[in-house]
Amino acid sequence: MSDNYEPNIVAFLCNWCSYAGADLAGTSRVQYPANIQVIRVMCSGRVNPLYVMNALQQGADGVLVSGCHPGDCHYMEGNFYARRRLGMLKDLMEFVGVDPKRFHMSWVSASEGHKWKEVVEKTVEDAREAGPFEGFRRRQIDW
Amino acid sequence: MTEKPKIGVYVCHCGINISATVDVETVADYALKLPNVEVARTYSYMCSDPGQSLIKNDIREHGLNRVIVASCSPRMHEPTFRKAIKEAGINPYYLEMANIREQCSWVHHDIDEGTAKSKKLVAASVAKVRLLEALESKEVDAEPSALVIGAGIAGIQAALDIADAGFKVYLVEKTPSVGGRMAQLDKTFPTLDCSACILTPKMVDCASHPNIELLSYSEVEEIGGYIGNFDIKVRKKARYVDFDKCTGCGDCAAECRVKDRFPSEFDMGMGKRSAVYLPFPQAVPAKYTIDPESCLYLTKGKCGKGPKCAEVCQAGAINFDQVDETVEFRVGAVIVATGFDPFDASRKPEYGYSDYPNVITGMEMERLVSASGPTGGKIKIFNGKEEIEPKEVAFIKCVGSRDESVGNEYCSRVCCMYVAKQAHLLRDKLPDANIRVYYMDVRAFGKGFEEFYDRVRRENVRYIRGNPSEIFKRGDKLVVKVEDTLTATPLEDEVDLVVLGVGLEPRADMRQTMELLRLSQSPDRFFLEAHPKLRPVDTATDGVFLAGCCQGPKDIPDTVAQAKGAASSAMIPLARGKVVISAQVATVDESTCRGCGFCVNICPYTAIELVTVNRFGHEVEVARVNEALCKGCGSCSPGCLSDSIQPKSFRDRQILPQIAALGVFK
Repeated sequence: MSDNYEPNIVAFLCNWCSYAGADLAGTSRVQYPANIQVIRVMCSGRVNPLYVMNALQQGADGVLVSGCHPGDCHYMEGNFYARRRLGMLKDLMEFVGVDPKRFHMSWVSASEGHKWKEVVEKTVEDAREAGPFEGFRRRQIDW
Repeated sequence: MTEKPKIGVYVCHCGINISATVDVETVADYALKLPNVEVARTYSYMCSDPGQSLIKNDIREHGLNRVIVASCSPRMHEPTFRKAIKEAGINPYYLEMANIREQCSWVHHDIDEGTAKSKKLVAASVAKVRLLEALESKEVDAEPSALVIGAGIAGIQAALDIADAGFKVYLVEKTPSVGGRMAQLDKTFPTLDCSACILTPKMVDCASHPNIELLSYSEVEEIGGYIGNFDIKVRKKARYVDFDKCTGCGDCAAECRVKDRFPSEFDMGMGKRSAVYLPFPQAVPAKYTIDPESCLYLTKGKCGKGPKCAEVCQAGAINFDQVDETVEFRVGAVIVATGFDPFDASRKPEYGYSDYPNVITGMEMERLVSASGPTGGKIKIFNGKEEIEPKEVAFIKCVGSRDESVGNEYCSRVCCMYVAKQAHLLRDKLPDANIRVYYMDVRAFGKGFEEFYDRVRRENVRYIRGNPSEIFKRGDKLVVKVEDTLTATPLEDEVDLVVLGVGLEPRADMRQTMELLRLSQSPDRFFLEAHPKLRPVDTATDGVFLAGCCQGPKDIPDTVAQAKGAASSAMIPLARGKVVISAQVATVDESTCRGCGFCVNICPYTAIELVTVNRFGHEVEVARVNEALCKGCGSCSPGCLSDSIQPKSFRDRQILPQIAALGVFK
């Protein structure tokens, strides 16, 4: 079972740096694991820490949040908020018994297509190590 | 809100860009089974006219009210499809794009994986699009003026074009004179126009133009606001010379106690200047400046019995009490034309630039051959005993370009031709000298370039293919160690003068400009344009445009062309007098807002304020968003204790179903 296990990763990317960086990875035809699905937000500061927990609850095995490099935020300081909030979340995750390997934060700029590949690979690898996430009871999607 | 969502899903083949790694038909079939999806189709190029018509017809025929396009990145074609669905009569914000090209088909090889992932992305889009809301874009007035940062040829040209069109331009230049790098050049390739002769009229024009306010020796300190309404703060540095009184006579510099003691920046350190100086004779404005770092009076507080410059100035222009001044104004658009730095040749220690005075850079050669340069255009070198005319000259190309060891993988685009030009100029001045050019490749790609390169070779300039490994000294000669890779011959050529064809680098101070304007860098560290092909002068920040070498190395014609492009783009909001501001701003549910003000503190744009409203007969405070100031980042929302403040199109209730959809399809 664990040999065939492919982790399911949900990623939140800011529109200006990381999403553009992921687009650049595509334009440059960089290859990386298909386990990652991206949700675009305007700024990493928009990512409510609860989204991360929600994603795990809904069936993700790992979550990635990526924004502009600190100091380069398109909205001046949004990524600082993200760093604070999600840093606290990481501590909380450990506290509630979720392997912190399931959650990654990174800074990928619009020109870092190759870094994006590395970030994805690391996130997927860590989630694979952590194994399928069964920690929370899953809810069905409410159409 | 009550109307039932009727969704159309359009999966694009993008030729084979998508369909090679994603089974688009399967994705469409799958989409059709998703809730509320009425129509699902594939088409070879969704963005083409027939592709767009397909969507529009379906909207009319099937009464669709939501559209999903699964194709390229929304950063690419979201505006295209918004416009299309608007034309068919539905709100442009009822669109969601699934990025199955840049973030799927192009990055995964396996068609099963690509198809499975595309399905998930489409499902997530369906989950979100059902809950999107109709938004109306708003227009605000745009200030009919522009700011141009940097007054080299790019900035000058952009400023002149905008000013000629009748708009006010603030042209800010850091150094005491406009002109930039082009002013330092002797001749321009391949036509051999005298650089100063073609530039100085433009310099004078931009200083005397009624629509241009030239702020020389000034730096932009702060930029706030948004397209149409940028609030600018500029610091005019103290010149210690009264701008209005100075006549530019030069008596002060002639009498300065530290006359001709400091390396002249304009002459690349090869000439000397006084503490009070005019950077070069044709400088505009022709006003002297006292360098606070070299002036005796300003550094030591004492200059003999009193500063001589003040003594001799008949206009009484010297004023040591002058302080920096701040000016503030508002503009509708900003053009960044901050230029480049030449590569620092000391970072290639094997070429001995720091050790041997007769190893010079291309920029230094420009000053050396210039008739207005430190030697009056004479090519003289000092060989340790006497001044001689060099008999053997070597040019080395690609110094600091196409070189991963210094972190510059890019081609600097101008070195091949400026080396050819300098070889030609040297041939004129030194008819009997042996001139060699060591090269990796010759890239003579522009108009008239190849012809010029041929001409230079016919003038007995030897081109040797090889990248020198080392330069060292033997007696009073310099030895260039190199392998001629066409004949596989190792050479040790003894020469008198080595000219390093240094490349172009991003400016050392570009970080400041980046932070002022929230600009990004491309991998080569120059400023990143909004799209490499279709938006080459735009940036990710609306209303901010790029011109010249700050965006990447380019020659003068390309710089001028880009400056004109940036000027015409910048004039669009100025000419319209109005700009559309994003409708995707934050909004507050006043019925649940508890008025704590957390969001007020979070907002980087001070777009949120607390207002008093009447709720059931009680005066309570609630947050309210100023839509003109809000940029829709959404940082406020996670800080809200009651989830009352939400960015439109990125609300919790729009994102959470996306998350759920991605999780379920494990």
